[in-house]
Amino acid sequence: MADKIFLEIVTPEKKVLSETVDIVVAPGEMGEFGVLPGHIPFLCKLKVGELRFRQGASMRHVAVMGGYAEVLNNQVTILATAAETASDIDLIRAKAARERAERRIAESRDKVDFARAQAALQRAIARLKIAERQ
Amino acid sequence: MATLRDIKRKIDAVKKTSQITKAMNMVAASKLRGAQQNMEKFHPYALKFREFIGRLAAGVEDTSAYTLLTPKEEVKRVELLLVTADRGLCGSFNTNLLVAAERFIRAKKAEGVEVTLVNAGRKARDYFKRRPVNVRDSYTGLLNKVAYEDGRRIGGSLIERFESGEADEVYILYSHFINIVKQQPSVVRLLPIAPESQESGQKGFEYLFEPSHEALLTDLLPNYIYVQVLESLYQTCVGEQAARMAAMENATNNCKDLGRTLTLTYNKARQAGITKELMDIVGGAEALKK
Repeated sequence: MADKIFLEIVTPEKKVLSETVDIVVAPGEMGEFGVLPGHIPFLCKLKVGELRFRQGASMRHVAVMGGYAEVLNNQVTILATAAETASDIDLIRAKAARERAERRIAESRDKVDFARAQAALQRAIARLKIAERQ
Repeated sequence: MATLRDIKRKIDAVKKTSQITKAMNMVAASKLRGAQQNMEKFHPYALKFREFIGRLAAGVEDTSAYTLLTPKEEVKRVELLLVTADRGLCGSFNTNLLVAAERFIRAKKAEGVEVTLVNAGRKARDYFKRRPVNVRDSYTGLLNKVAYEDGRRIGGSLIERFESGEADEVYILYSHFINIVKQQPSVVRLLPIAPESQESGQKGFEYLFEPSHEALLTDLLPNYIYVQVLESLYQTCVGEQAARMAAMENATNNCKDLGRTLTLTYNKARQAGITKELMDIVGGAEALKK
């Protein structure tokens, strides 16, 4: 049995990442889950959050904006609506987005507005978390 | 016969036209490169998505639980999403698509099925504006920059129509990109979804699903439509640029040919003029001698 996992992250815009890694931890809809080599086939919906993976001694982080994950034959495929590595993230913009979203949540009247603002806030927080790790 | 000056003017005009077409050819070539890159970047996503759906749908025995998978018992009204370019000057690219659309509508009408059009592209909108076809909606300016949001908007409206029963089937007509010199108008049924069947060898796997098989599939199916719409937009976009590049290359070549023939005529006329003048001079000199 192979002792490595092949991780691939694709979004509608581009293929973000395709690497051989040791362990993947992804933000599942029902909680975070980890994937080690030899994992059984698994399909899962992802929420907005942080995806981590370890390569040798280094740990790397990617912000994932929701999507789906599939584990099959030591291969993890992430189909994300959007995904950004730390170097892609614009810290200032993300901070501004967080403030804007917070303001909107405070002001929002109806449910749709609120849900939308909350989603934006989650995305901003995920981005900031990744950016600040670096 | 045209005078020397007329021919000269024509030569200049042809030359200028060829400069323009040459420039348009180069613009199309560079846009083509960009569009092709975008399409290739999107391709892995679409491919994986199709695999996902195939795998998920393979495990479903009773499709009636999913509206988007269930064929309607009676098909009376269908909706067609017609994707064309916004601009012309790309040879027969748009015409091919419009002719294919006309053919589709006629075939459906012959079966007693009513067709409603949704136009994506200025050429489609303009063409069907004055024709006896039901047009529900028209979008323009999509191909300048294909965006995920557009796929979601258009796909969402199509799904809504299907779910509400206003359309029993939904088709998409777009330009399938085969290679740079070949694009093929093709019709694909979007709804109800017919997932590509998986090879039977794959069935041995038992998947774990989270949250659940049903929830995942319900969530994925609409997204699948968006992906399909997006992919056809990408392909049409690449096809448009490729077609324009070819058309402009043709135009440039034709200009060159025309220029050559005109220059020949010009030189002949000039020579004839000189000969005539010489004859006059010689004739005059001969007359003086006597």
